Amino acid sequence: MGRKLLLEHINVPGINTLEVYRQKGGYRSVEKALKQMTPEEIVEEVKKSGLRGRGGAGFPTGMKWGFLAKPEGVARYLVCNGDESEPGTFKDRYLMTYIPHALIEGMIVGSFALGAHVSYIYLRGEMMPQIRILEKAIAEAKAAGFLGKNILGTGYDLELYVQPGGGAYICGEETALLESLEGKRGNPRIKPPFPAIAGLYGCPTVVNNVESIAAVVPIINDGGEEYAKIGVGRSTGTKLISAGGNLKKPGVYEIELGLTCEEFVYSDEYCGGIANGKTLKAVVAGGSSVPILPNNLFFKTANGEARLMSYESLSDGGFATGTMLGSGGFIAYDEDQCIVRNTWNFTRFYHHESCGQCSPCREGTGWMEKVLHRLEHGHGKMSDIDLLVDVSKKIEGNTICPLGDAAAWPVASAIRHFRDEFEWHVTHPSEATTRNFGLAHYADPLPKKEETAA
Amino acid sequence: MLRVEDTTEHAPVTFSAELIAKFDDVVSRYPQGKQKSALLPILHLVQAELGWVSPPAMDKVAEYLSIQPIEVYEVATFYTMYLLRPQGKFLFEVCRTGPCEIVGAGKIMDYIENKLGVKEGEVTPDGLFSWRGVECLAACGYGPVLQIGPEYTFYENLTEQSVDQLISDLKAKANN
Repeated sequence: MGRKLLLEHINVPGINTLEVYRQKGGYRSVEKALKQMTPEEIVEEVKKSGLRGRGGAGFPTGMKWGFLAKPEGVARYLVCNGDESEPGTFKDRYLMTYIPHALIEGMIVGSFALGAHVSYIYLRGEMMPQIRILEKAIAEAKAAGFLGKNILGTGYDLELYVQPGGGAYICGEETALLESLEGKRGNPRIKPPFPAIAGLYGCPTVVNNVESIAAVVPIINDGGEEYAKIGVGRSTGTKLISAGGNLKKPGVYEIELGLTCEEFVYSDEYCGGIANGKTLKAVVAGGSSVPILPNNLFFKTANGEARLMSYESLSDGGFATGTMLGSGGFIAYDEDQCIVRNTWNFTRFYHHESCGQCSPCREGTGWMEKVLHRLEHGHGKMSDIDLLVDVSKKIEGNTICPLGDAAAWPVASAIRHFRDEFEWHVTHPSEATTRNFGLAHYADPLPKKEETAA
Repeated sequence: MLRVEDTTEHAPVTFSAELIAKFDDVVSRYPQGKQKSALLPILHLVQAELGWVSPPAMDKVAEYLSIQPIEVYEVATFYTMYLLRPQGKFLFEVCRTGPCEIVGAGKIMDYIENKLGVKEGEVTPDGLFSWRGVECLAACGYGPVLQIGPEYTFYENLTEQSVDQLISDLKAKANN
């Protein structure tokens, strides 16, 4: 059993209420932080923990906090990014639904460390039920004296509000989120200045993912060094992985970073293997934007070492043979899934969600979608495959925000690893929509535990 | 005024005192002079009340927030959750993105289309139902999923039977 820091009490009845949450040791970190620590000590503790942003980019949270400008007489803000829209990712929704107080507790400690007196939790608009849950929890916390004026008699004031978005993937990008929070279209800003200097309303702002903020709670309770003992190398602590696709037991799992990929997929403690006794064909390890990997490269790196669920191990081999941990949105594809169709589906998503600000992304995603659509439906040409690679290269790195890269990587990686499947769609147009290409050689060496999945 | 196809509903709207009180509560969350931040939450409140955001409603919101109407239009047209034309009383928003797709979202959408007898974006003759495919709803482990506003209740692990059940439940609810 791996250690659980965030989901330890997930099955306790009533853990969504302040009363039960307190009984299980909730809000200890607020008392410790506000009464015994200075803001600088909290930032230092988070730096020591090695916590890296759980939203996808993996930037060290403590360092981000350390960058915050602190000019005299200017308000500072902590904004929680709960826009969670990356296909494959649903961990934040889970955390907020069942343990809303974990996020609120982390927000209080974080706001205190950053010197913020008003903080916002920005959720995607579709999470209306979670907004209600959080608002109720905030009211409970306020009634108990953890929010509002003079918190716990320390003289520190904090108001916490929940803001709904309007259903736009782009608002997960931090500057687009800030634009949206200001009541505008979610067009990402040109950086610099970074939000740490000029963020919400032009004031210094830190934007953190829901899970990153919740992880501050165990870091303050047990100390950053204790947190850093979990995990492997620079991937410290635990991570929520939301597993979906053709798995026996899809759901949200908290893992210690450094778990082997094989154990994560096949052990009964986690995903329990592939559904319906099928064979795993491919994996998207960290949300739709990270490169897709065939089965064999997912379990073993190009050097033949066992691959681990950690930032470093998943990206071992770069984009040639590796991928990224990303946001922890894990998608498993069995032998019946068509990679071309899936790539087209993802590209349609990026085309739909492109904010339209930068031409390479706005036009490029549309062209890739059209070309992939015709390949999938048997109208493609052999030259289309290189055309896709060409377009994806022209998007990557040429846009204000990373949505362009996120749209380019899945296409480039699908062609890199599954080129024969794309070619098969060109050479077998009549079968392209009726039959699947199948496993081919992607799944060798077959994992030994395959029989037990049946 | 924004041009809206397929509808003649440009009727003027008035916001009730209760709704205005809700607007005021939202505006109080932001610093002085930053009331524009309330735009997205207020549009959600308007849509929950009217079923969609009509051009006259958007103009009223602009007036309430002391901003230009275009500032409301550009936001309402950017974010996909805001409905720019009337929909059925129950709008099924079915996730069609990757992880849901591989567990059968396409088939469920076909089934809903046949069952309701209307194409994506159209409303059933009784005015009760419409449906559309939407992008990822962050429920990838429980697919296929659909949501129904304005509370955005989720219906997970959809099957043909559960869709049948849902439709008959909603019909019964509407007739009571």
